[in-house]
Amino acid sequence: MDQLTEPTQTTVDAGTPAPPALLVEQLTYAYPDGRQALFGVDLRIEPGERVALLGPNGAGKTTLALHLNGVLSGGGGTVHVSGLPVCRPNLREIRRRVGLLFQDPDDQLFMPTVSEDVGFGPANFGLRGEALRQRVRQALAAVGMTEHVDRSPLHLSGGQRRRVGLACVLACEPDILVLDEPSANLEPVARRELAEVLGELGHTMLMVTHDLPYALQLCPRAVLVDGGIVVADGPTRDILADSALLARHRLELPWGFSLSAAEPTHG
Amino acid sequence: MGGGHRHPLHWPGNSPGHRLPPQVKIVAALLLVICVVATPRQVFWAFGGYLLVLLVLWRVAGVPVRWFAKRALIELPFVVLAVLMPFVGVGPRVEVLGVPVSVEGALAGWAILAKGTLGVLTSLTLAATTSPTELLVGLRRLHAPAVLTTIATLMLRYAEVIVAEERRMRLARLARGHNPRFLWQVGATARGLGTLFVRAYERGERVHLAMLSRGWTGALPDADDRRTSPRSWCAGLSPVAVTALVWGVALWTS
Repeated sequence: MDQLTEPTQTTVDAGTPAPPALLVEQLTYAYPDGRQALFGVDLRIEPGERVALLGPNGAGKTTLALHLNGVLSGGGGTVHVSGLPVCRPNLREIRRRVGLLFQDPDDQLFMPTVSEDVGFGPANFGLRGEALRQRVRQALAAVGMTEHVDRSPLHLSGGQRRRVGLACVLACEPDILVLDEPSANLEPVARRELAEVLGELGHTMLMVTHDLPYALQLCPRAVLVDGGIVVADGPTRDILADSALLARHRLELPWGFSLSAAEPTHG
Repeated sequence: MGGGHRHPLHWPGNSPGHRLPPQVKIVAALLLVICVVATPRQVFWAFGGYLLVLLVLWRVAGVPVRWFAKRALIELPFVVLAVLMPFVGVGPRVEVLGVPVSVEGALAGWAILAKGTLGVLTSLTLAATTSPTELLVGLRRLHAPAVLTTIATLMLRYAEVIVAEERRMRLARLARGHNPRFLWQVGATARGLGTLFVRAYERGERVHLAMLSRGWTGALPDADDRRTSPRSWCAGLSPVAVTALVWGVALWTS
């Protein structure tokens, strides 16, 4: 059967243990057209963990990601972010805590210039004036895009847009980053540069992807979702080594990729 | 370098005219147009005075006159109307070069031509010195309805995205042997537009989700909280003072 291991990392704290960064319990969801996407997802992520969310197309990965900041809701089950339940009165704080990077940067970058776009989130959360400008500068510096501050997102390359999108999310100073297919449509260099930026960040991270080498490179733990439920949860290397499991869920390592040769960059 | 956000109606620069806060320029342009429109049409010299004010402004902004002349061509349909007015107008007629023209029609034509041209040139002056983004910031600071400025801001961004999408779809059609120059292939183009609409609509939904995710509450925040200084108001409204003076004298003498 599929492996269903407990998270390897737990908070060992003598006093009150910190609440999990993310706690999803029995989450179900059906789209308005009746298509059921989630059939009871359970997921627990501790602060500081980096988790890859793997699964074939249509497995419910993006639907799950959109639940984590309350953009989608209305099904069964609960989501807690650092102990705070995702429900209407908490949405503002939840959306500050959970930074969601969308799959298509053109969906994410909607303001006329990079600086306005990066400032959009923090301004919504109440930052103004010099503090806001400072936050925008920091976020752009973190992704190495400082010199593009006044350009239109349209004039940026795919990789640059992805990094500006990440800056938009970082500018809100989230507790947990949820990245939807961060490496999709990126040329190899841009893909590596993004990995370097992501590797530098100390955030709790949930990375939705079917780029398996990317998952191995950045995330020590992987959760495999298919058919709207979690079918496997464990160290990324173990999951990727189980070729029967991967094949059952329409995943496979790229041709020529060798697990034994790959050294993850995470510490 | 693709760094600049070049817009056909904007002349990038760093003149005093460019540096003024956009809200000041919007108010000034509006007042200038009101002066022009409210001037009695028979006071011909006043319109010359307004044109002189605009010429000075162009000089200050460092935008060549030819640039304006080219873009003022948008007015052409109205000019045709203005030229026709003397011939189709009613009332007493006078002979000009042997052709009977209506006095009332000639005056009406002149008013359309003069006021229309000055209005277009004023708008062009505003557009030349103020980028579309700045214009929206100005409108927001002037408390224009938030829904309108938000829609316009998003349009500014996504018009380009949708045009790029249309271009890709057109290339895909061409690559499969479609030749849109033939009239009977207009059906495929129309279906393409339908697809484009659906795509734009779906993108709209995704953008909305992205906005919600970053704490969107219904109005675009203004990142700049600095107040407009009285000095920039004075500087920006000084051309308006001149036009108002011309207008006052025009009213007095008419």
